[in-house]
Amino acid sequence: MDFKNANELLALCEEKNLPISEIMRIREIELGETASEIVNKKMTRVLGIMKDAAFSPIRQPVKSMGGLIGGEARKLSLHAQEKKGLCGNLLQKAITYAMATLETNASMGLIVASPTAGSAGIVPGLMLAMQEHYQFSDEEIIRALFNASAIGYLAMRNATVAGAVGGCQAEVGVASAMAASAAVELMGGSPKECTFAASTVLMNMLGLVCDPVGGLVEYPCQNRNAAGVANAIIAAEMALAGIPQLIPLDEMIQTMFTVGKKLPAELRETAMGGCATTPSACEACHICS
Amino acid sequence: MSFISVFDVMGPNMIGPSSSHTAGAARISYLAQKMIEGPLKRADFILYGSFAKTYHGHGTDRALLGGIMGFSTDDMRIRNSFDIAHEKGLKFSFTPNEQETDIHPNTVDICMENEKGQKMTVRGESLGGGKVRIVDINHVQVDFTGEYSAVIVIHQDTPGVVAYITKCLSDRNINIAFMRLFRESKGEIAYTIVESDGKLPENIVPAIRENPNIHEVMIVQM
Repeated sequence: MDFKNANELLALCEEKNLPISEIMRIREIELGETASEIVNKKMTRVLGIMKDAAFSPIRQPVKSMGGLIGGEARKLSLHAQEKKGLCGNLLQKAITYAMATLETNASMGLIVASPTAGSAGIVPGLMLAMQEHYQFSDEEIIRALFNASAIGYLAMRNATVAGAVGGCQAEVGVASAMAASAAVELMGGSPKECTFAASTVLMNMLGLVCDPVGGLVEYPCQNRNAAGVANAIIAAEMALAGIPQLIPLDEMIQTMFTVGKKLPAELRETAMGGCATTPSACEACHICS
Repeated sequence: MSFISVFDVMGPNMIGPSSSHTAGAARISYLAQKMIEGPLKRADFILYGSFAKTYHGHGTDRALLGGIMGFSTDDMRIRNSFDIAHEKGLKFSFTPNEQETDIHPNTVDICMENEKGQKMTVRGESLGGGKVRIVDINHVQVDFTGEYSAVIVIHQDTPGVVAYITKCLSDRNINIAFMRLFRESKGEIAYTIVESDGKLPENIVPAIRENPNIHEVMIVQM
């Protein structure tokens, strides 16, 4: 069972009467020639790593290798404990876990690139926040990770998930689209609604540049992971409310790729433009000197 | 197009911070150490392009050193690879080369020496998302990714060697996915790289080595 684009994926869901997650899981078993138990075991390990990476910096903040970030997750968590939170529980937790994961990543901790290291906070951020807020079981979250992977696979196959090729929209944008789709399936939305949510995210993050200070996966990457989960929640909420999207996911993936290739090289992970060349960023990092 | 697995999207599981600068770097040197008989006495790394500029902040150095000791991309020991190398008595150095720019931006040359005094130089490129390519072995241009099980044969460029290698493989019912021969010049040293779908049995190494025109045989598989 295979699909080349979102259209074929939706047709398969319809034909087999299965959710996106299950189509993706069966595809892995069949085309990856891997037994069902092994596939499940590997995804269970993915979830385990995600939890450690998201929870650990809240208990024990760590400074990043480049020294630009560290301690943000703890601050967000204390802020929520003091009941001063502005966002509400779900979004508050989601941004905390997203930023925490990037903190773990930047300090050479163990993470799951999902789909990349620089965007590794978004899928776990939203999934773990939803698990706590709505008491989903690990099995339900693992299923949702297969759903997220289906969207990421479509972007990898038909466009790119590399910041150096397509800018941050290809990393954080795709990660957010993956999270949005998974969230819709978790909340009982249809496969089509999942693709609407993913399409909305790519639309809302279209053109986002990749401009890491000092060329390091730290800043503004960590902030953008927080923005990514917020975008995913917004898009999932719209889809679940029954708002259709004019532009289907396949067309949004294509246009994201086209826009990405048009971005100047300075804004594609070279640290030669955007945030990376602001006076304050140049002062903070010593790579060039 | 090669198969994109769920775990290519939700993965790799890796020590941060960068799939290209950390995970990819670890993978290149992991592949490199598979090409020479261990244990290693010395490993010297020359870093080019973005590797040369940002290797410290990305932990590229720790990842390269971890990979050369056989650590995989998700091995927590990568963080302490400097200390572990000191304990093992493995000597190492890192030299950024910012002069040479006509090269893939994430390139490393790894010069290894084992305890027998044999030396080998491998050049690898980190392509993004943890994917890598070995492009040079001992200054002969090659091309392989380590995604398949591979047997690398160093031999004299002379008639019959390739036929001998493929016979050794077919005798053991090994299906060849890709096969390429690289050489510097006619009659000199050549490298044949055979990639296979399944896992390769270790006993093909002594079998292939029996041919007098074959100098070295290595299996590289995950």
